[in-house]
Amino acid sequence: MTSLFKPRLTIGPLLFHWSEEKRRDFYFRLADEADVDVVYLGEVVCSKREVFFEDSIAACIQRLERAGKQVVRSTLALMTLDREVEAARALAQSGAMVEANDVACLQAISDRPHVIGPYINCFNEGTQDVLIRDGAVRIVYPVEITAPALKVLAGRSTVENEILVFGRQPLSVAMRCYHARSHGLSKDACQFVCGLDADGLPADTLDGQGVLTINGTQTLSNGYLVLLQDLAALQAMGVTHFRLSPQDVDMVAVAALHRAVLDKQQSPDEAAGRLKALTAQVPWQNGFLHGREGLAWVNKTLAPA
Amino acid sequence: MILELVCPAGTPAALRAAIDAGADTVYCGFRDCTNARNYPGLNFDTAEMAEGVRYAHERGRKVLAAVNTFPRAGDPEPWHRAIDNARVAGVDAVILADIGVLDYAQRKHPDLRRHLSVQASASNELSINWFRDRFDIKRVVLPRVLSVEQVAALVRRTGLESEVFAFGSVGPMSEGRCFLSSYMTGLSPTSEGACAPASHVVYKEAGDQTLSQLGGVTLNRFGKGEPAAYPTPCKGRYVTHGRASYLFEEPVALNAIDILEELRDAGVTALKIEGRQRSRAYVQEVVGTFRKALDAMERGEAAVANQLAAVAEGGKETHGAYKKGWR
Repeated sequence: MTSLFKPRLTIGPLLFHWSEEKRRDFYFRLADEADVDVVYLGEVVCSKREVFFEDSIAACIQRLERAGKQVVRSTLALMTLDREVEAARALAQSGAMVEANDVACLQAISDRPHVIGPYINCFNEGTQDVLIRDGAVRIVYPVEITAPALKVLAGRSTVENEILVFGRQPLSVAMRCYHARSHGLSKDACQFVCGLDADGLPADTLDGQGVLTINGTQTLSNGYLVLLQDLAALQAMGVTHFRLSPQDVDMVAVAALHRAVLDKQQSPDEAAGRLKALTAQVPWQNGFLHGREGLAWVNKTLAPA
Repeated sequence: MILELVCPAGTPAALRAAIDAGADTVYCGFRDCTNARNYPGLNFDTAEMAEGVRYAHERGRKVLAAVNTFPRAGDPEPWHRAIDNARVAGVDAVILADIGVLDYAQRKHPDLRRHLSVQASASNELSINWFRDRFDIKRVVLPRVLSVEQVAALVRRTGLESEVFAFGSVGPMSEGRCFLSSYMTGLSPTSEGACAPASHVVYKEAGDQTLSQLGGVTLNRFGKGEPAAYPTPCKGRYVTHGRASYLFEEPVALNAIDILEELRDAGVTALKIEGRQRSRAYVQEVVGTFRKALDAMERGEAAVANQLAAVAEGGKETHGAYKKGWR
């Protein structure tokens, strides 16, 4: 695939446990104001949270679709309970476009178009070929993907592809709830303490350095991934979709900056200056793409493909 | 049904030690990035693996080859070669995780038995069934995140052989999908095969305490005699709400030796001992102890006293996710 296609901007699934009201307002505002093409909706981290979004999800989907956005339903990244597996099966059979984040869904959706989410390991062409053969129409590569790997995979792919370009980097999912543990609680009696931290709970090193962010059973980077400087090179490599992961910042403004850079209406430097003002004290990271440790910030642009 | 005892071998000597100590099956890997224990000085070449297979088969035991990392894009040859060489060495099965590698193995060597690695993170019925139906896997190594009840349900519903961890470390994260180590070191366990590689580990003296760091990130500080795990990111101490704690997992080892009957009754086929990176003495002691325990169970005798704390990492033990309350 080449950059003949208009680059698509997407909003990844909300990873944090926001109140129902905050979520609804967020999606309504995206529908009304954000210049994005695709919005992923659904609980990826913890099925216990799902009930809180049940009443308003239909209204959010309707408003987003009316605004011309493609809505994709994201699944959990780790399923172990019967009800979790059943919900995924039902979603797959509902006819909705699904982003599968666990191979559990693949059987149910293999006969219709679907998206492979970043929590299914697609690191190489052998895997990509199988996934495409089985009906994937878009593959979101894992957060750990490097530029050389991306070049190979996007260059060879016959379907759309997507990478995360903004937001905290998802580093692991687990059965245990670390948010609950940090409050001295168990997962089964968690009191939904993850809802206290709209942008995640900082987990620092013993010497006071920021390093990780806890979000329930998920562990994220402390910094935000920022790839504004590399968007042009990524387009040239054949990346078709660019994902912004919702953080507790002005995401409509974040989307506008990325759109302006993708459309060459604004220089990456100028956009970065404005993004800095939006992201306040949160450090920026881009190491994985540059072949370094994921927490690193590499102050240079990828070589054009 | 007798539980099959599946034991680690990081070297040919450890393989023989495991067989001699009573392993039914030994698993090992090639000396490169194609397996998840790619540490210096460990693992096998094809001739050594063939010799190990001979040693095992002469005694009626089996050998499995782990080819359980994820190929780098544009460079699948080492993984394909590892499968071909495992075939040449005559192993009884290969343990695989990557979808593309499974596909290659099935097409190239359809009669070479395939097991699904824990690195594939198949944690539920539908995932396991997908791998079973898509790649005709015969056995699944179950993630360490399941309770005994969940294990029993999966065994019943998938109809596949299952292998569960009986001794080793507690993996709190969904395995094969954890990027914490590469986040700190730049080297990917998923494709390079080494979590927290020793090349990136530093111990520093700080007064009467020791600091352990991975990739420059401080993961722990401990005093003399205090139990401390090797500095992998999920075994570190972190500060939340102004308080330092083992946020992900305490420095404890998984030891299921006193719930063997429960695992057998759950329909488990095989018990896996972890530790290809550990010494031959470790292999002898752990394998020997489990052999005695399994034999005693089969004869209906009283349980063998558990004396493995000395070789458990951190010196403390847990049943991990097998028992309620761990989550």
